[in-house]
Amino acid sequence: MTIKVLGSGCKSCITLADNTKAALKEIGLDAQIEKVTDFSEIASYGVMSTPALVVDEKVVSYGKVLKPAEIKKLLERLM
Amino acid sequence: MQMIWDFFQQQILGMKWLNELIGGILSLIGLDINTRIGGSVQFFIYDSIKIFVLLSVLIFIVSYVQSYFPPEKTKKILGNVKGIGANILGALLGTVTPFCSCSSIPLFIGFTNAGLPIGVTFSFLISSPLVDLAAYILLMSVFGVKIALAYVVVGIALAVIGGTLIDKMGLESYVEPFVRTGKNVDIESPELTRKERLLYAKDGVLEIIKRVWIYVFVGVGLGALIHNWIPSDVIQKVIGENNPFSVLLATIVGIPMYADIFGTIPIAEALFSKGVGAGTILSFMMAVTALSLPSIIMLKKVVKTKLLAIFVGIVSIGIVIIGYLFNYLQLYLGF
Repeated sequence: MTIKVLGSGCKSCITLADNTKAALKEIGLDAQIEKVTDFSEIASYGVMSTPALVVDEKVVSYGKVLKPAEIKKLLERLM
Repeated sequence: MQMIWDFFQQQILGMKWLNELIGGILSLIGLDINTRIGGSVQFFIYDSIKIFVLLSVLIFIVSYVQSYFPPEKTKKILGNVKGIGANILGALLGTVTPFCSCSSIPLFIGFTNAGLPIGVTFSFLISSPLVDLAAYILLMSVFGVKIALAYVVVGIALAVIGGTLIDKMGLESYVEPFVRTGKNVDIESPELTRKERLLYAKDGVLEIIKRVWIYVFVGVGLGALIHNWIPSDVIQKVIGENNPFSVLLATIVGIPMYADIFGTIPIAEALFSKGVGAGTILSFMMAVTALSLPSIIMLKKVVKTKLLAIFVGIVSIGIVIIGYLFNYLQLYLGF
């Protein structure tokens, strides 16, 4: 499973990455979180409101700082 | 009818009762509100509470509405319209789409790759920070219905005309090349339940308060200073109706400043009470919200200097024209 956090490095993007880390830890999943900060790469996902969360190259959430519990639910549904 | 409306505007939106209550309490604890210090304290407490209450209620409503218009959806809607209709729709959608200057770049790239003319994108970018429901209601509480409504109309007109001019000038090639390398990708906008929208609205309120509280306090502080410490005739001399450069000055001072409309309201309120023309005040507010150094620096990453300069130029000139127009209307037509 590859997980990416899209965002230009603003505060909410960092929070989203941290929350994702926490969610991964809780379900005991060992996956790398990659931070995508390049604007053209962010846009290539069709995302216009950051931060966004991408799991296995699919945009699962955008324009929202998800809480760890929400990310957990999302990941469990995708597994 | 008029009486009910006045009551609504002054007591519910303007919270005049709160001002009297605070005045009463301050007098009780022995602070004379007719002195400068007492008056400043009263203005500061009253205005801070009023703005935070209005801000919370308004942002909640606005965020709820915005949850229906994520930019990804706006992009799809705009892709189906052509010509000036697209500029008008872009300006209107700008008023309801959630927007923060930190996502202006991905938004710009997304719109461009969807094949939208840059003028439409600029119509959106002008109206988005300038006009929204919250601004309208706040203006109504300070200036009354007519001026608030006129602000919204001229704000949208500025966005439509500005965007159309940029279109007509054929500046498509002044967009940085990397912007166009991507392809258009549409992503699903998830349907939200009412509970999710309410949650989104609540998060919106918290996020915005966290972001703007400092501007509100600075704004209220400056407002209190203007209100009680700077004599009316000094203010009149600098930006009063007899100074033909008042609007120009207000615009130039406002452009580099970066603040939310909520931070500018207390300053506007104080200036208005000192008899400064509505047009001069509106120019200042528009310049502060529509253009700012951070947003210009952001845009510089996706457009070339010439296009950026034209954009800033058009918006500034538009704001100055609007300012003089309002002052004229107020002075000669008793608007």
